[in-house]
Amino acid sequence: MGENTGGGTRTVHEILDSSLDSVDHAEQVAMDLAQESGFEEEDLHKIGMSVRECMVNAVVHGNRYNAQKKVDFSISLANGRYTIRIADQGDGFELSDLPDPLAEENLLRHSGRGIFLVRAFMDDFQVRRISPSGTEVILVKNVVAPA
Amino acid sequence: MSLKLTNRLVGDVSVVDVAGRITMGEGSSALRDCMRDMIAKSQRKILLNLSGVTHIDSSGLGGLVSGLTTVTNAGGQFKLLGLTKCVKDLLAITKLGPVFDIHEEEAHAIRSFT
Repeated sequence: MGENTGGGTRTVHEILDSSLDSVDHAEQVAMDLAQESGFEEEDLHKIGMSVRECMVNAVVHGNRYNAQKKVDFSISLANGRYTIRIADQGDGFELSDLPDPLAEENLLRHSGRGIFLVRAFMDDFQVRRISPSGTEVILVKNVVAPA
Repeated sequence: MSLKLTNRLVGDVSVVDVAGRITMGEGSSALRDCMRDMIAKSQRKILLNLSGVTHIDSSGLGGLVSGLTTVTNAGGQFKLLGLTKCVKDLLAITKLGPVFDIHEEEAHAIRSFT
């Protein structure tokens, strides 16, 4: 967890294209703001990777690189919570449908570990379908107040 | 820094020095392509030196697993060398550590090929 040295509320909101450039951009924005918010190196890495994994899901699996579909990306720092929201316009998915990447029969799969890593790295992770179509994920990393 | 792959031969072992990011897109694709090319060139003893890796994501992990299965399915041996903290941590969390033959010293790794 990080140390909140700045205080106050900060927000970012961007509508991003369905491209891998957007993945890189979102990762960088999230890490920059997290660094300004006092998170240390290890948490910066966890936040950056979690955003990257969710952005890849939104761009690749959700919007399927469709140029007509966008990714709604926002970050807020308030009440000791660094919260990232990523919403795509894809068909959606159910968490319960995802195979367990730690199961012996899945260990040698070439994919399917992204959400597992996000859950391991963030303090809270929620997924829900949104109307008319798409998936919204909320990632939260708690900020530690200075002693 | 994106991914940089440099191949060199030590005896009959192909050592691939990996530097930069093994992440979704160019990075993990380049790694998979590299492994396929080496198999196509009948190289069967492959040591992946990961000491220059700064970032890896789930796609990069998939690239490592893909390398392992591609090489072993072709009857070859695939080993990892010099894991950085980010790689070590991810292999531990995903329980992939025991799946790979991992070495800390190149000379030791080279000698371990049969």
